[in-house]
Amino acid sequence: MLPDWKKAYYIARKDLKAYYLKPPLISWGLMLPLVFILAFYLRNPQGISEVSPGLVGMTMLFSTTSMAAIVISFEKRIDALERLLLAPLHLRTILLGKGLGAAAFGFAMALISLVFIVFLFGLSVSHPYSLLASLVVSCFAFSFLGILISVGVREVFEAMTLSNFFRFPMIFLCGVFFPLTSMPLILQIVGYCLPLTYSVDAFRQSLLSGGGLLHRWLDILILAGFCLLLFEWAVILFKKRSQE
Amino acid sequence: MGTKEIIRVEGLSKKFGEVQAVDQVTFSVREGEIFGFLGPNGAGKTTTIRMLVGLLKPDAGWAWVNGYDPFKDPVRAKESVGVVPEGSNLYGELSAWDNLVYMGQLYGVPKKEWASRSEELLREFNLLDRRDGKFQGLSRGMKRRLTIAAALVHRPCILFLDEPTTGLDVMSARGLRGVVKKLKEKGVTVFLTTHLIQEAEDLCDRVAIIVKGKIRIIDTPQALKEKVRETEVLEIRVQPLPPALSEDMEAIPGVEKATIAEDRLRLYGKTLHGSVGPIINRLDQGGGRILSIQTLTPTLEDAFVKLTGVDVEVMRVDKPMKMGGMG
Repeated sequence: MLPDWKKAYYIARKDLKAYYLKPPLISWGLMLPLVFILAFYLRNPQGISEVSPGLVGMTMLFSTTSMAAIVISFEKRIDALERLLLAPLHLRTILLGKGLGAAAFGFAMALISLVFIVFLFGLSVSHPYSLLASLVVSCFAFSFLGILISVGVREVFEAMTLSNFFRFPMIFLCGVFFPLTSMPLILQIVGYCLPLTYSVDAFRQSLLSGGGLLHRWLDILILAGFCLLLFEWAVILFKKRSQE
Repeated sequence: MGTKEIIRVEGLSKKFGEVQAVDQVTFSVREGEIFGFLGPNGAGKTTTIRMLVGLLKPDAGWAWVNGYDPFKDPVRAKESVGVVPEGSNLYGELSAWDNLVYMGQLYGVPKKEWASRSEELLREFNLLDRRDGKFQGLSRGMKRRLTIAAALVHRPCILFLDEPTTGLDVMSARGLRGVVKKLKEKGVTVFLTTHLIQEAEDLCDRVAIIVKGKIRIIDTPQALKEKVRETEVLEIRVQPLPPALSEDMEAIPGVEKATIAEDRLRLYGKTLHGSVGPIINRLDQGGGRILSIQTLTPTLEDAFVKLTGVDVEVMRVDKPMKMGGMG
């Protein structure tokens, strides 16, 4: 059953109004990329361009998965999510709406970090279309990962703990700080199973014009596959959990 | 009230682990009536509603809600149904107005009607002056009224109300009962679950009594009371109540059942008039001072006790208010 995009948009708009566009979240959203970028710039001003794709990916991963997982587990906790389940909506519409809100927030955070990098440090964007496409599919992939995480938990702190279980290894295994090819084979295999690897690879090629692990459009295609896989996985798990 | 069936349930069952929450439940609800689902906490009332609104899949049996199977065609079934869960679970960060508009969006109310319908409901539920107030800042009674208003945004023909007055003060509860009566006047079919016997007696056209997942009886409150009319009921106020009084009283010939609530001893029996002497003697021996004695006409509570054997005190324990949601 296909989701109803219009109603998914209403759900996302409500989430943005009720949760994301609140001053504490906006300021946290601005602080996160700013601190990451300044920390790396102060440590090594010449090397900022090398780590910038990873920083954009990391900013996006943290903001998107956090928000998706927190909002859903919070609404589960106060039973407000049941309000959506009682409405004449397919589960896919509900989860798409939730994912859309978190993806929009993550996209905005990634844009902020890109603006810092491009304007303050003088980096140019080599392939704007592939950059835009990779930002969009990455946001959705991370957002659906956040939703998948939230399905299995009841409390907000559980969502945060479980999110970190997935996120922190990704920082080291997905080429954020050092190339995937420099790692042992077994870790490379694990890295290739994680979506952040393809996001960072696509960002690196789109921003720095260098060679990557795969062609940047293939990275984007694989990320789209991750979106589908994570979304359908979340739908199945949600259906199963709701009957327990 | 029509005779057309708008809800039909056949052999509905649901098990959670080893607990049989709902066991072979069969009933029907007529269009335009207030149908009460009465039972103690944990009887299976909420589980039944959750199956009827498509949230839970039954292990066995089937249901039909306004022409649709809520398990096979949940979206169509939900379009004609409004649900008020046990908790008031609207969005705390949104205003009363925004909550209603959002519900209109989700239920497919045409865009041009969002404002007019929201204003109409706020006026009807006496919340117009709080339209811009956040839901989290409203009183419990206001939250409850707004939650019911939100369930009516799309003009459903069936309204499921799960324990609507739980946790409310007397005035708010009375106001809500007035709202339910008005809905019936407008032709809305109301499916009401409650553990409050008086509420069921005041509001319902017909009542189904459910205990441990099984329906014991379905009838009008009047007919249920008639069923126990042959039983005499004697209410005695005694202070202090002697210990183990119920057991002692039930040992007296002619007394079939004895219940105690506060300082009131209530005795049931077909030939109770012949046992008054021994009853008073026993109370005297126990050191209790009799304040008053009166015979009672049967209430729905008497019928409930007689027909189910459930201690009515179990029903008086108010459920703790959940922070929203159908528990």
